[in-house]
Amino acid sequence: MSLIELIEGPLWTFSATLFVIFVFWRLISILDLRRRGASPKPQGSRLAGALRALLVRFVPRPPFTRSGRVWFTTVAGYAFHLGLFVLLLAAVPHVEFIERRIAALPWEPISRTGFVIAAEISFLGLIMLYTRRFVDPLVRRINRPDDHVASLLTFIVMLTGCMALGRQSAFLRGLHMGFVELWLIYFPFSSLMHTFTWPISRLVTGWEAGRRAVRW
Amino acid sequence: MSEQGAPTSTVSNVADLPEEVRLARAIDGFVAEFGPKTTAWLDSCIRCGLCAEACHFHKVDPDPKYVPINKIVPFEKAWKRHVGPVGLVRRMLGLAPRVTFEELREWEELIYDSCTMCGRCTLVCPMGIDIAELVHEARHGLFEAGLVPSRLKELDEKAHRLGSPFGTAEEMRAQVERVVREYGIDIPLDRDRADVLVTVTPTELEEKHEVLAAMARIFNHLGWDWTLRSDAFEAHNFGYLSGDMETQGKLTTRLIDTAREIGAKMLVIPECGHAWQAARWETWRWYDEPLDLEIRHVVEVLGMAVEEGRLRFEPLGKSATFHDPCQQIRRGGLDRWPRVIMEALGLEVREMTPSHETAYCCGGGGGVVAILRARELRDKVFEMKAAQFEETGADLFLTSCDTCQLTFRRGAADTGWDRQVDTLLQIMARQLVSDQPPLERQAAG
Ligand code: SF4
Ligand code: SF4
Repeated sequence: MSLIELIEGPLWTFSATLFVIFVFWRLISILDLRRRGASPKPQGSRLAGALRALLVRFVPRPPFTRSGRVWFTTVAGYAFHLGLFVLLLAAVPHVEFIERRIAALPWEPISRTGFVIAAEISFLGLIMLYTRRFVDPLVRRINRPDDHVASLLTFIVMLTGCMALGRQSAFLRGLHMGFVELWLIYFPFSSLMHTFTWPISRLVTGWEAGRRAVRW
Repeated sequence: MSEQGAPTSTVSNVADLPEEVRLARAIDGFVAEFGPKTTAWLDSCIRCGLCAEACHFHKVDPDPKYVPINKIVPFEKAWKRHVGPVGLVRRMLGLAPRVTFEELREWEELIYDSCTMCGRCTLVCPMGIDIAELVHEARHGLFEAGLVPSRLKELDEKAHRLGSPFGTAEEMRAQVERVVREYGIDIPLDRDRADVLVTVTPTELEEKHEVLAAMARIFNHLGWDWTLRSDAFEAHNFGYLSGDMETQGKLTTRLIDTAREIGAKMLVIPECGHAWQAARWETWRWYDEPLDLEIRHVVEVLGMAVEEGRLRFEPLGKSATFHDPCQQIRRGGLDRWPRVIMEALGLEVREMTPSHETAYCCGGGGGVVAILRARELRDKVFEMKAAQFEETGADLFLTSCDTCQLTFRRGAADTGWDRQVDTLLQIMARQLVSDQPPLERQAAG
């Protein structure tokens, strides 16, 4: 078995399985709904509070809208994530890969121009966020090694993905797949887990806010 | 008692134990707090640093150490190492370094002196992480390691021993009897049965006698069947503030159990923020079943009485601004009532910017007012708040929390600011119109 075959076969299965198992494990441990003590009598609607917290945090709230840092991070964050989703779910090789290995997708892949635009937006966002990790003294102080590893791995995955776009080179494709697999294995143990936990975090906070009839 | 309410020991000589033992105690304290919420929050932090935009301490001192999420780093590190199999894998992969005792020592200042658990950072976090709650949880570990600011520890120990930092039941009774004599007012004390159990703050017993007298006068005027109890009068909860869960539980259960014993249907919390937090929103830690008791804040019950037309005041005809106590407003759900009362007092309300749930903290909540070495930082926050007040051009500076008032008074004394800060109840006491004689000190007092 060649290295490429190994990467595209057993290693892919291994990393994807590990990813699924540990991500599920972690989500289940968060969604552990066993009762702990008696909840205080609610003063407002917990569900409304949870939904509110889930939705309002998509955009900065006043008075924090006056902060340049808030806007910089929000715009860069959206650019990176939206670009990444488009690449992940609609780039031609990804659509083919998903349809071959997992399930048919109800949408068409994006054109090459679409790919380039999405990649540029996403890279721009990621570079803005990543640069801030080094430049802004606040963020420098709170960054953990994990944040750097996660950002760097994501960056490399995206970069190798762009390099492999033509699909002519098996080496480049293998390189990209290899990094994706590393990323998948690293994912459940790292801050990349925020991909799945952010709505839960917002919901639990909002649930408590709803109980107290306050607007968090 | 629920699992979270399991007692930890209040050991006054923890500081004499070897550092490894203290560290192990801290980790146990942290682990006792870990739960699904902690995981949801800590797993979601992307280190964007936006929480810094909200924190008053960071605003007045831009040192990056004051970024809110930085304040819980040892707690987060312990969580990474000690959460289930994922923690095990992280340990094996070297992704979860150990917490050291030195780190805990360094973080004592961040967890206590520079966080009032005000929750303003919770509002700005795009992930919705409740850092205030995480700081409260982290304090448990630091307390267990004996890393608590000395004054806070003293007050906590006194509360643990006597049930109140104010003093004993006898001292409380003597003080209430003094107020009865001073104001010629009837204060039902130590009744065996009553519908309402009223609690007080140490300042009300020590010096704000007019508030105690006014509360008595108002409750009598409303025709309540109420009592103060010398074995359960203290609303302040220094266990909550210091991370001493045993004392927090002891103080909370004393109030609630006494209320139930005397057949009370309502427990009234006085003008204090953290007392409201501990009694109203933290009871789940100590009881497995929902409580058959209403827990209400005095501002809330008086606001309701005003709305029902059962309380009237001599209009003041002045303007006033209101400092929103974080634990009552942003984290307490009482936003509406202070304004209802102020309107009834005939005050023109001029809001500070920001106000309501986004208001800045006074800088002394969460026990910070009791920490001597936090004074400089606290005073900087005070200057910011004083400037916000001045901007409104209002005649009166009001609040509804003893701790906020004390913080402002200390800030004013330290910085030479010559304005006065009153609480709503102090103003209500002066302006109350009732069929009873006006509230004035009697010669006997
Ligand atoms: S704002 Fe929230 S996500 Fe950002 S660093 Fe602070 S706690 Fe973490
Ligand atoms: S809870 Fe308040 S004091 Fe503590 S970090 Fe957040 S904003 Fe600052």
